[in-house]
Amino acid sequence: MADKIIELKKVSKIYDGTAVVDNIDLYIRKGEFVTLLGPSGCGKSTTLRMIAGFEKPDSGEILLNGKDITQIPPYLRPINTVFQRYALFPHLNVYDNIAYGLKLKRVKNVYEDKNGKQVVKYEKISKKVIDEKVSRALKMVDLEEFEKRDVTTLSGGQQQRIAIARAIVNEPEILLLDEPLGALDLKMRQDMQLELKEMHKKLGITFIYVTHDQEEALTMSDTIVVMNDGVIQQIGTPKDIYNEPKNSFVADFIGESNIMSGTIAGDHKVRFIGHVFDMVDDFELHEKVDVVVRPEDIYIVNKDKGQVNGKIISSIFKGIHYEMTFLVGKTEIIIQDTAERMVGEEVSIIIKPEDIHIMKKEYLVNSYDGYITKNNKVAFAEGEFDCDVTKLYPGSHLDEEEYLITADGQRIDLTDTPVKVEVPLDKVEIIDNEEDGNTSGEIISIIYKGDHYQVIIRTPEEEEDFVVDTEYLWNENDKVSVKIKPEDITLKLKVK
Amino acid sequence: MVKKILQSTYLWLILIFLYAPVVLLVVYSFNASTEIGSWSKEWNFSLYKMLFTDAKILNAIKNTIFLALSSSAIATILGTIGAIGMYYSKPKTFRIFNTITQIPIVNAEIVTAISLALVCSMLLFPRTYASLLIAHVVLTFPFVVTSVLPKLKQMDPNLYEAGLDLGASPLKALFTITIPEISPGIASGFMIAITLSLDDYIITNFTKPSTIDTISTYAYNAYAKNSANTSIPALRALSAIIFAVIIISVVAVNLSANKKVREREGK
Repeated sequence: MADKIIELKKVSKIYDGTAVVDNIDLYIRKGEFVTLLGPSGCGKSTTLRMIAGFEKPDSGEILLNGKDITQIPPYLRPINTVFQRYALFPHLNVYDNIAYGLKLKRVKNVYEDKNGKQVVKYEKISKKVIDEKVSRALKMVDLEEFEKRDVTTLSGGQQQRIAIARAIVNEPEILLLDEPLGALDLKMRQDMQLELKEMHKKLGITFIYVTHDQEEALTMSDTIVVMNDGVIQQIGTPKDIYNEPKNSFVADFIGESNIMSGTIAGDHKVRFIGHVFDMVDDFELHEKVDVVVRPEDIYIVNKDKGQVNGKIISSIFKGIHYEMTFLVGKTEIIIQDTAERMVGEEVSIIIKPEDIHIMKKEYLVNSYDGYITKNNKVAFAEGEFDCDVTKLYPGSHLDEEEYLITADGQRIDLTDTPVKVEVPLDKVEIIDNEEDGNTSGEIISIIYKGDHYQVIIRTPEEEEDFVVDTEYLWNENDKVSVKIKPEDITLKLKVK
Repeated sequence: MVKKILQSTYLWLILIFLYAPVVLLVVYSFNASTEIGSWSKEWNFSLYKMLFTDAKILNAIKNTIFLALSSSAIATILGTIGAIGMYYSKPKTFRIFNTITQIPIVNAEIVTAISLALVCSMLLFPRTYASLLIAHVVLTFPFVVTSVLPKLKQMDPNLYEAGLDLGASPLKALFTITIPEISPGIASGFMIAITLSLDDYIITNFTKPSTIDTISTYAYNAYAKNSANTSIPALRALSAIIFAVIIISVVAVNLSANKKVREREGK
């Protein structure tokens, strides 16, 4: 295995009190093509900007070849960047854009003077060498003879190539690419993907690529780093990430997938959609799990010939295959197949053991740190909720002045008592109107799990999350409020 | 049809109101009569001759041009540095400085003039060329800032970062990337500064020493003090020359802008 060229140790970046990058650990090996993949705002670009040196981490350190470069400014790092909107210098022509870095470079030359002493001189690169390097870089990006052109007259694709040439001409140890193909049209993007991969092979340097396009990441990378919410979700090869997603975010973000709730029913057996399937993963008996099955891994056979019977409720022609929705009980399953089944047809499905991927459930219950307020309510996650405080002390009751009387007659004022609060995922009610609930927040994620949606609502100040299982579809970034019935709130005294 | 006639009549009326006085002035600059209105004898260039022989007028012209160029140069350098500093500071600091630089633009010039005069007196700073120069820099500086700032805002912030990324130190990146990028703003700031300084009367009159005159103070004072001053008619010739210079430069600027647009579109 090659050496680690860059290493991030416990790196965090905080903007306005929000951790955009939250304590990440990551290393990248020399010569790798690594892609940071995630939805917008997941911290991937900030991570790249910290590697480039445009942003300084608020904590943690960045090592380059084992040396700490956290405080080193960008112009002293052997790293070059290809920017999303190219960032070519409009007042310079193609040649001067590409030669910009070379003209600034000083090369260490050692001479011997008359007395045989060694003299070290830092010298500019000669015009001739610069000319050669520029034309070589232009050849690399297939834009020979473009030296004298004004960059503003070039097309988007050509500008992108010039931006790449301008970066690689400096022979950096690492090339950073920040969504470089985002502004190109689909056909051009696909061509450039292959060209970049080819270029990576030829140059042999490390590429760190940032994108939100999962297909692009799967096509190009040696290693994919999936990020969400400032945290690394999974690191692996494209195959690993696709076939063995670590959690439902990765499964949902990479490719299409069916995520369903299941229970381990025995040795290499899992029960979901009302049937016990054989599978290959090892899990503890009775454990609640998430089951992931890719739409192309499900086979449709005639009724009663497969493992589970159900009905086709929709079918869409997608070119190479049909995308059909299969309904069993209340669960909808997406299936891709080249043979079409009619809508309404009763069919059966087969899933092979190796195509069933099991993930530990990420969220089993919502838990918070809270405290009891003056009027015997519980405050947590920026809100006040009605609750039954007598549950804190078995056999207790409230007197007429709202003081708590314990089983052995002790009178307690509960105000400001710290408590642990737990709320089941399916007992949280989401309300459209921000004012109507006990607390409010923004929906930051929605994942479809066969027969329900798992919605995560985050409060604005304390950033507490409510994970909610609901049948209703909400929209990401909606501002909603949250209501919980008193009997669904479990309270526990905190041990001091 | 009637609408068309009305439209063009209106247009021509406005143009006549705007330009008739200037045309009249130019016509009378070729006539030596002491008053506009009474045409004396024939067309001649005597006023122009007087303009280039009268020492006082020549001195005033020299002072004006030198003052305009030097104060504008200083204001442009300071204004550009100020705008860059403001742009890269925190949003709160930016807002404070932005407001501070906007106030002199809306403030009545007489207030600025009197306050500058007061400061000079308070600090026992004698009225010299230096006080005049400082006053003109104060007058024009905010205009340079307001013409440079939008260019900074338009600039892709990645450009400066790309410079750093390619190995330029912050200072090097500032001079090789930021300044060339915002140079149209700097140039227009410089031009605005020159035009403001050239025809300023109020601030100049309050801060100049009695021995120095610019064209505007000379003209005002000459008319006010002594209508029999023989060199007054020469100011007509001066005005005509200034007008000609302005027309030529406006036309030249427009033509070159058109040419640039055509070049861009041609490609």
